[in-house]
Amino acid sequence: VLNFKYRGSPLIPEMATQEVQLNETLAHLKTESETLKSKLEEERAKLHDVELHQVAEKVEGLGQFVMKTRRTLKGHGNKVLCMDWCKDKRRIVSSSQDGKVIVWDAFTTNKEHAVTMPCTWVMACAYAPSGCAVACGGLDNKCSVYPLSLDKNENLAAKKKSVAMHTNYLSACSFTNSDMQILTSSGDGTCALWDVESGQLLQSFHGHAADVLCLDLAPSETGNTFVSGGCDKKANVWDMRSGQCIQSFETHESDINSVRYYPSGDAFASGSDDATCRLYDLRADREVAIYSKESIIFGVSSVDFSLSGRLLFGGYNDYTINVWDVLKGTRVSILFGHENRVSTLRVSPDGTAFSTGSWDHTLRVCDDCYFLSNLTTLQPRVTFLVTSCNVCCFSLFFFFLSDLGLRMRTQRMKW
Amino acid sequence: HVTNDANQRALSKEWQKSDIIARMQDEKSGIPIRTVKSFLTKIPSVFSGSEIVQWMIKNLDIEDQVEALHLGTLMAAHGYFFPISDHVLTLKDDGTFYRFQTPYFWPSNCWEPENTDYAVYLCKRTMQNKARLELADYEAESLARLQRAFARKWEFIFMQAEAQAKVDKKRDKIERKILDSQERAFWDVHRPVPGCVNTTEVDIKKSSRMKNPHKTRKVVGVLLPFLLRSRLITMKHRREQTGLLFLAVIVNRHRLKMSKVAESLLAYTEQYVEYDPFLTPPDPSNPWISDDTTLWELEASKEPGQQRVKRWAFGIDEVFKDPVGREQFLKFLESEFSSENLRFWLAVQELKKRPIREVPTRVQEIWQEFLAPGAPSAINVDSKSYAKTTQNVKDPGRYAFEDAQEHIYKLMKSDSYSRFIRSSAYQELLQAKKKVQNTKSFPSLFTPSCSDKYSTGGRADVVLLRYL
Repeated sequence: VLNFKYRGSPLIPEMATQEVQLNETLAHLKTESETLKSKLEEERAKLHDVELHQVAEKVEGLGQFVMKTRRTLKGHGNKVLCMDWCKDKRRIVSSSQDGKVIVWDAFTTNKEHAVTMPCTWVMACAYAPSGCAVACGGLDNKCSVYPLSLDKNENLAAKKKSVAMHTNYLSACSFTNSDMQILTSSGDGTCALWDVESGQLLQSFHGHAADVLCLDLAPSETGNTFVSGGCDKKANVWDMRSGQCIQSFETHESDINSVRYYPSGDAFASGSDDATCRLYDLRADREVAIYSKESIIFGVSSVDFSLSGRLLFGGYNDYTINVWDVLKGTRVSILFGHENRVSTLRVSPDGTAFSTGSWDHTLRVCDDCYFLSNLTTLQPRVTFLVTSCNVCCFSLFFFFLSDLGLRMRTQRMKW
Repeated sequence: HVTNDANQRALSKEWQKSDIIARMQDEKSGIPIRTVKSFLTKIPSVFSGSEIVQWMIKNLDIEDQVEALHLGTLMAAHGYFFPISDHVLTLKDDGTFYRFQTPYFWPSNCWEPENTDYAVYLCKRTMQNKARLELADYEAESLARLQRAFARKWEFIFMQAEAQAKVDKKRDKIERKILDSQERAFWDVHRPVPGCVNTTEVDIKKSSRMKNPHKTRKVVGVLLPFLLRSRLITMKHRREQTGLLFLAVIVNRHRLKMSKVAESLLAYTEQYVEYDPFLTPPDPSNPWISDDTTLWELEASKEPGQQRVKRWAFGIDEVFKDPVGREQFLKFLESEFSSENLRFWLAVQELKKRPIREVPTRVQEIWQEFLAPGAPSAINVDSKSYAKTTQNVKDPGRYAFEDAQEHIYKLMKSDSYSRFIRSSAYQELLQAKKKVQNTKSFPSLFTPSCSDKYSTGGRADVVLLRYL
């Protein structure tokens, strides 16, 4: 369409006026849209009576955390682009730019399976809930499922099943709570739900105005919703049954690279190229917190919450991981270690660790260094004890003095 | 979709970095730039590494030297300033001299130089007879490789290099020094020293949109004939209209006040803090730290620990999430002869997980078991849901029982679930491990619920208590 050459014939006057009319109605629609958008912001602002970090002042601070790398997984020959945990809390699947997809037992750091995809830039991979299969895709515009065989010698590529078909790159994929359905997002601006066995499209989701880069399923047992983020700076919440967009948020200033639900399912966090992470609450229908610093000027590639939702981990394009106190909005830890961009980050299913993948070809599994972290939080308590002891001593001393003074006065009066 | 927005987008990603650079270069509040006299020469327009670090700590919200060095090294690696005597782009907190890069060479301009440009540059370097401009080993290797690759057009490359060298010679000596170093720094970014990170590598998802934003602009505006243009406009119309419909619906949706929402978020994190391994060391230990998988083995066993059972009381979803919880709930309901509700709910959940091919048969089976007249495990749903379900079953899909399931869920939540939590069976499970734990745990001065293990996963405050 866009390569069609102009034939040079003169426009008929009627056609010309039609075109003008069409443009006018389009402009009219746009102004109506702008009015509604400002009305929406008005309605949202009416209920904005307090900030999250103000309410969180009454919560005890976390102090500084010290994080440490516990495992380093080496074996990829190029940039690691994506990873996912198995429900068994120790296995990981990862995919990279050179087309390799590797399944690791991260606990022992052993490689258990490896598949070579027919394309480069495998940007999405996911572990099936049963642990018996993995899904992956990227520049091939498809999402394929590989059943994992217990026989190490078996050629996994032979059993490959093509499930999803998009018209542009696959940016993310996730199994629903079953091995039988996969949710995908793509550079073609859509998300889609597929039946794995037949490859049938069950539902498609249209509404993003540009590439969709990420998605996350709501953690509820009964819920049927998911959130997606895209290059149009929007985060959309979708109803999986109807295919409709039910909520939309547009406060980021650049592409949204990652979205993740808060563990209760009532809110979600996003990470963007504008170097900020933001928290959006679904009940308040607005952005409720921004996690940013003047000195953080590189984009966020991926985010995830700790199990209680108190900590937000962000993998950044400046090779670091920043850990945020979700309620107070402050940074509680910064982790160096990767030698290139952090491209993917996920907390393990039981929250005991988080794993990161990077353009430096490695994956790391990281943890809290309990002893050191607690030592720094201990100091305020110790100083409180010491000060309160001092206060007690001084007040006792003064009481003694005043008591003495009183006795002396009464003595004088007696005289 | 690609418009001139793509170019704008690329620029906006870089604005934060150029904003910091602009502040660094500010005459009054920036880093002082000076000319340094050294031996018989002058070194123009430089500042030291320490000065950069100091400026960052003072002017940005950076807390320590480590962070400043990290950020500074990244800015150097991206080419915003560079060490004048080193190809490797890092920031050092000492007297090493640095210079600002000219905006012409900034990465935000997003032009990717070709190998022919690099060949011309290296060739030009060999024409200049200055010791400081000698090629490094890796550069000499690159030049040799390029000579082989461009053997046929080498004459042309040579001519370009000559022409550039001529222009350079005419420049002022000081100006030449500065420009030469800036050009070299540009190539250090785009053709880095082997082993260094190439910061010009772009994520392919973004690069495909950054390419050719100009082409599409031109085409849409001028070359497209009327018919195709009007088609595009009607597409835009449709998009605007759906957008409007969506906005009209959500403008008046029900919203909660921020204060309520904030309290809810606080309450949730408070409730789960003892289950979060990043905030409370797990009992007996965190496997990743102690290399001991006991924690996972305990969770896999059929015997649920007290902490896990306690969680079921937080809400009905917690029971459904935990397979042992579901089992116990089902057992309890069976003892009351009222398990059909839960069995129906579980069956419908299972239905939604099946491949689409199996759905019609499963729907019939569920209908027969739970809802058909004379069903063996008849459940009670309101008449509205029943009518709807009867219709759905005729054309069975994954969501055939959605209304009925919702009704049953609400029923279980308000009735059976609260009885389960109050039941003696649940209370017994809750008490079961308590006695065993009491003999082992020590009361802590600081926190009531504290692990008694002093392994690497233990808590420092308990250790302190022992010494007190």
